[in-house]
Amino acid sequence: MIIGLSIAQPAFLSSHNIFNVLTQSAIFGIMALGLTFVIISKGIDLSVGSVLAFSGVIASSLGQSAEATSKYFPNLPIMPVLVPILAALIVGALCGGLSGFLIAKTRIPAFIATLGMMTVARGMALIYTDGKPVSTLIPSFTAIGGKVFGVIPIPVIIYFVMIIISTILLSNTRFGKNVYAIGGNINAAEVSGVNVKRNLIMIYAYSGLLAGLAAVVFAGRVGSVHPGAATGYELTAIASTTIGGTSHSGGIGTIWGAFVGALVLAVLRNGLTLLGVDAYWQQVVEGVIIVVAVIIDMRKNAKKD
Amino acid sequence: MDEEKYLLEMDNIVKTFPGVKALKGVNLKVKHGEIHALMGENGAGKSTLMKCLAGIHPPTSGTIIYDGKKQGQYTTAQALQMGISMIHQELSPILHRSIMENIWLGREPRNKFGLIDHQKMYVDSIEVLKEIDINEDPKTHMVELTVAKMQMIEIAKAISYDSKLIIMDEPTSALTEKEIKQLFGIMRRLKAQGKSIIYISHKLDEIYEVTDRVTVYRDGEYIGAEDTKDLPEDKMIKMMVGREVSELFPKTPCSIGDLMLEVENLSHRKFFKDVSFNVRKGEILGIAGLVGSGRTEVIESIFGIKQKLSGTVKIEGKEVDIKTPEDAISNHLAILTEDRRMSGIFPMLSVRLNMAIANIPKYLNGVGLIRNRELIRECNEYVKKIQVKTPSLMQKVENLSGGNQQKVLVARWLMTNPDILFLDEPTRGIDVGTKSEIHRLISQLAGEGKSIVMVSSELPEVMGMSDRIMVMHEGRVTAIVDNSEDLTQEELMSYATGTVAADV
Repeated sequence: MIIGLSIAQPAFLSSHNIFNVLTQSAIFGIMALGLTFVIISKGIDLSVGSVLAFSGVIASSLGQSAEATSKYFPNLPIMPVLVPILAALIVGALCGGLSGFLIAKTRIPAFIATLGMMTVARGMALIYTDGKPVSTLIPSFTAIGGKVFGVIPIPVIIYFVMIIISTILLSNTRFGKNVYAIGGNINAAEVSGVNVKRNLIMIYAYSGLLAGLAAVVFAGRVGSVHPGAATGYELTAIASTTIGGTSHSGGIGTIWGAFVGALVLAVLRNGLTLLGVDAYWQQVVEGVIIVVAVIIDMRKNAKKD
Repeated sequence: MDEEKYLLEMDNIVKTFPGVKALKGVNLKVKHGEIHALMGENGAGKSTLMKCLAGIHPPTSGTIIYDGKKQGQYTTAQALQMGISMIHQELSPILHRSIMENIWLGREPRNKFGLIDHQKMYVDSIEVLKEIDINEDPKTHMVELTVAKMQMIEIAKAISYDSKLIIMDEPTSALTEKEIKQLFGIMRRLKAQGKSIIYISHKLDEIYEVTDRVTVYRDGEYIGAEDTKDLPEDKMIKMMVGREVSELFPKTPCSIGDLMLEVENLSHRKFFKDVSFNVRKGEILGIAGLVGSGRTEVIESIFGIKQKLSGTVKIEGKEVDIKTPEDAISNHLAILTEDRRMSGIFPMLSVRLNMAIANIPKYLNGVGLIRNRELIRECNEYVKKIQVKTPSLMQKVENLSGGNQQKVLVARWLMTNPDILFLDEPTRGIDVGTKSEIHRLISQLAGEGKSIVMVSSELPEVMGMSDRIMVMHEGRVTAIVDNSEDLTQEELMSYATGTVAADV
């Protein structure tokens, strides 16, 4: 597809455009990394878009500059950018961890637990902000949306670092092996000494943590966070993971796949725009591609076995 | 002989599954208006034969003459139309729908608009239920009924199909004494109406109480058929188990050491009561008993998979509190569960991860990363040691044969270096060659001083491998005996069926 696009529209291959595509995919791509853990464990997390908004508005309110007109904490001194970042990560991880706790302790389906969290987190974001966007962030915060050496976008760096960390976590730690085991056969995992409850909480907390990190990137790029931000992003992230070959029946999937899946979606959007395809039609094409990609992937796997 | 005398004649039925010959040419003749018992140990082929009859698995070869006509291949739906109904051991009603919807499922009466005629369905259901004396409102949801009632509804369903032949596969295993009496009442009533019933049960007293004729199978072969009243109990048991304990079991005598595991008065809320036993180092304790006697539940409770109600477990004289499998593993216990697919393997994961999963902490370095090289080296070592046939460590376990899957699980637990191993049906569904390899391995482990508790439904396996044998019947220990030349399968069987209890 990338080759086809390069021929049809040479601008596609410029380094500027490549970084552009990666930056565009960074936010939902980071969330897709967390969803890979969730989906391999045979779960789902619908809340990541809302958790992004909730952790994003909290982080932004802690990182507003002095001249902001609607300052959330008027007496708050300007804080180092680390504070809002940590706030976003903690809020995200707590939201995710709470979903995981509900799934582990009450055994309600992940779909329901995270559907609840999706609605609650969105509501909390609206309550916190009274429905208004949080803007005028300190320069060190918006710098996260910028570039180093004027070339490499920081969101892309963060994204790549998280890809590496997630890959190591999934393939080289006990936690990662437990994720596969829980998705592969939850009964056998239990018998083999896997603490299923604790691991489920950790899986959803990690997904929430990455949603918090995506919120930081979002705030840095946009310069403000609206409580309605990132609506529907969870579905793009789930689509990325799925296109990347992670199986919803559990036990199968890779971080690399999630990266490729996110890239496919971003390239598609970018390419169709460069080719001048109507924005409404882009959505139709995207939907078809998601389904076709998964059909091809399943066929391929069926042949391999 | 009058041809019309028999409702059903199954002749020389053979059924093969990939790698297994489940039925090796067996016969069955059932008369009109007869209650006919099928007897045999687990794995004798009774259920397979009934599945052939009910159209679930077509037989590989052989003839079925039913209702005077030779039958070709048919499906379960066609079997129902022919008047053959099967009531399975595990009922699967649609729990959240009503009795009447369950009875008429798939053939609901329609009105002239093609919509479902609930009124007719209701009236017809009452009619059918009355035939077996059930006073339930047909609109009651299945989930509100007891297991016994659900079974009655299944029978009602069979009647609604106007079945001439009803197969009941261990229908009483979950029923109370009173419910069993009621079931027998219904069975006699159906018999009086000229319907035939094929009845599978392990409970000898039931066989004598309700059946007219018995056919016995063993290892997929037909052993014989007799009128029930002419077949004394000891002869029936002999027919069921009467094979020689073969050379298959390479039990090597080894010195038995100190007490390793002591279990005292272990009880479970539901499955067993006051179970006490001990195992020494280097000893193999066999646990025999029929399916449902609580054998599996005992070892799963010791391992923390099920929660015990009361009782103590001591390891090397020290009381331990095991609440989860994680606790069990840290106390050097290992378990091979009964159902390999359900709670053993991770089908779509690699051989490597399947082997390593119980033992990952051993391979972590200082910062919590897995030392893959060492893990792979050790996996390879075990693959070689116990001869797992796999093209590579990355192969998905679901692509291996049953025997090799079992070996992967054995490897998983050996890698944890356990002191006590619980083996639940370690050779079920495994071909003869691999079976003896696993037996040799078990002996070898005992020889290394490990304590082994082996649950098995196969008496020859229990008698061939064990130093001592514990027998359970309906959640209680009925005997713990030393294994010896003089011990007979008949004796064990009488403990297992609860006809005799030794002092324990």
